Amino acid sequence: MKKYLGPLNRENPILVQVLGVCSALAVTAQLKPAVVMALSVTVVCALSNLIISLIRNTIPPRVRIIVQLLVVSFFVVMVDMFLQAYVYDVSKMLSVFVGLIITNCIVMGRLEAFALSHKPLPSLMDGLMNGLGYGLVLVVVGSLRELLGRGTLWNIRIMPQALYEAGYLDNGLMILPPMALILIGSLIWIFNRKPKNAR
Amino acid sequence: MAALFGKGKPLHAFQALFDAVDTFLLTPSSVTRNGCHVRDAVDMKRIMITVMFALCPALLFGWWNVGYQHFLSAGVDPAFWPAFGYGFLQWLPMAVVVYAVGLGIEVCFAQWRGHEVAEGFFVTGFLIPMIMPPDVPLWILAVATAFSVVFAKEVFGGTGYNFLNPAIVARVFVFFAYPSVISGDKVWIAHPGMSDAVSGATPLAMESVAQIPSNWDLFVGAIPGCIGETCKIAILMGALLLAFTKVADWRIMLSVMVGGVAMAALFNAVGMTEVPVLTQLLMGGFLFGAVFMATDPVTAAHTRAGKYVYGLLVGLVAIMIRVLNKGYVEGMMLAILLMNIMAPLIDYCVVQIHIRRRKRRITQSKHEKV
Repeated sequence: MKKYLGPLNRENPILVQVLGVCSALAVTAQLKPAVVMALSVTVVCALSNLIISLIRNTIPPRVRIIVQLLVVSFFVVMVDMFLQAYVYDVSKMLSVFVGLIITNCIVMGRLEAFALSHKPLPSLMDGLMNGLGYGLVLVVVGSLRELLGRGTLWNIRIMPQALYEAGYLDNGLMILPPMALILIGSLIWIFNRKPKNAR
Repeated sequence: MAALFGKGKPLHAFQALFDAVDTFLLTPSSVTRNGCHVRDAVDMKRIMITVMFALCPALLFGWWNVGYQHFLSAGVDPAFWPAFGYGFLQWLPMAVVVYAVGLGIEVCFAQWRGHEVAEGFFVTGFLIPMIMPPDVPLWILAVATAFSVVFAKEVFGGTGYNFLNPAIVARVFVFFAYPSVISGDKVWIAHPGMSDAVSGATPLAMESVAQIPSNWDLFVGAIPGCIGETCKIAILMGALLLAFTKVADWRIMLSVMVGGVAMAALFNAVGMTEVPVLTQLLMGGFLFGAVFMATDPVTAAHTRAGKYVYGLLVGLVAIMIRVLNKGYVEGMMLAILLMNIMAPLIDYCVVQIHIRRRKRRITQSKHEKV
C-alpha cells in the first residue's frame, strides 16, 4: 500500500513532476470547479490505467500512443457527458478543460510509465493515487484563491461581514490567472526546499 | 558584542540583523588582506543615498500637496504649515509600515540564506509611499510591500538580481488586487471633506479635455494625485541631480520623452485623442516614471544602444495604453514593467549585432590583406 502513496507526497505530479499545470492554473479560481476537475481527472486516470494495463500485451508498441489516446478520450467523453447531465453549471465553468484532460500529461504519463508494464490492480491504484495527488494541489490552491479572492468557500461566505466593515477588501488578483501561477510556484518552492542537513 | 552573534553562539539567529545595524552605524573593522581591486568611491550605499536626495524635492512638495488638497476639499483655507504637517503625518505611517514590512522580510531572507542585508530596499521603500494614493489603507500597503519584496526580488536572489522594479510591482499589485483603493475619483485626496461637490479625480481619469487642468497647473503640481508624482518641477530637479551624478542615465529619460511625444503626436494626428502632446507628458506619473522608475540601473537595459530602444518603447507603450485602454489610465507603470521584462532581450540583440559587425570587420580586413 505504501508504495502507492508517493503521488500524495514526494512524487506529487504537480509539485514535484510539474505536470498538468495548465489545467491547475485554469480551473482553480473557485473551490467547486477545482474539486470537480480533480475528481474527473482521478476517474479518467484510474480507469484508463486499468484498461490499458488489461490490454497491455496486445497493444503493438508502434501504435501504443494512439491506443492510449483512444482509451483516454473514451473516458473523457463519458465524464464530460456525466458533468453536463448532473452538474451543468460547473461543466460550463470548466468549459474546454474537461475535454483537455485527454492531453493532460499526468494521464498519458502514467499510462506510458506505469500501466504498460504493470498488472491491472497496481495500475488502477497508481492511476487513482496520481489523480488524487493532482486533486490535492487543486483543492489547496482552489480554496486559497476562493477564500482570499471572494471571501467564500464553495460559494458559502466565510469571511465575516465585520471584517469588511473594518476595511478588509477581497484580493481581486487572486481570481486572475497570474496569482494561480504564483501560488503554485510558491507551493513548489515550499514543497521542494532542501532539508537542512542536505545543504 | 560581535562575539555573541558568531557561528554557534546563542544569538546566531540574528546575525544578519546585527551585521546590518553594525555596518550602518559603525565603520566595519574588516580589512582587505590579500590582493585588492580598485573600486570606485561610489558604492551601492552612495548611489542609493543620491537617489533619495533626488526624490526629496518631490517628497517635500508631496507632503504639502496632500495637506493642501485635503483642506481644499474640506472647504478650509489651506495655510502652508498646517497643510505641510498634515501631509507629513499622512505620509509617516505609510513609510513606517513599508520599511518595517520590507526590511523585516529582507532581514529574514538574508539570515535564511546567510547573506548580508543589502541596501536595495532603502530606495524601494522610499518610492513605494510616493506612488500610492495618499489614502491607501495601511494593511494593503503592507501586503503589497510584502508581495513585491518576496516575489519581485527575493525569489530571484535579492537586490541586484530582480528583473522587475519592486516599487512598481507593489503598485501594480494594489492596482489589480484592490482596484477600488487606487482608481476612480475618490482616492486621490486624503480624507476628502464633507462637500461632495469637489471632484478629486486625477487628470488622467477625467473624461473630457476641458476638465483637465492647464499645463501650468499640471507642471506646478497642486493637483490631486499620488504623493510624489504631481509636481513636475520637483521631479525635474531630481532628474537634473540624477543625470549630473550619472546615477541614472539621461539617455533613458530622454528617449522615454521622445517615445511619449512620438506616440502622443501620432494619436493626435489620427484623431484618437484630443489631449495635446505636452499635456500627455505632464499628466499622471509619466514624468515620475521616466525619471525615477524606468532608469533603475538593475532593471533597465544595460547597453548604450539598448537604453535608447528601451526608453523609446517605454514612452510609446505608456501613451498607447493610456489612450487605447480607458480602464488602465496609468499606463506608465505597466509600460515600465513590460519593458523591464524585455530589457534583457534588447541587450541580447544589441550584443549580437555588435558581435556580427565585428566579425564582418575581421573577415573584411583579412580579405584586404590577401
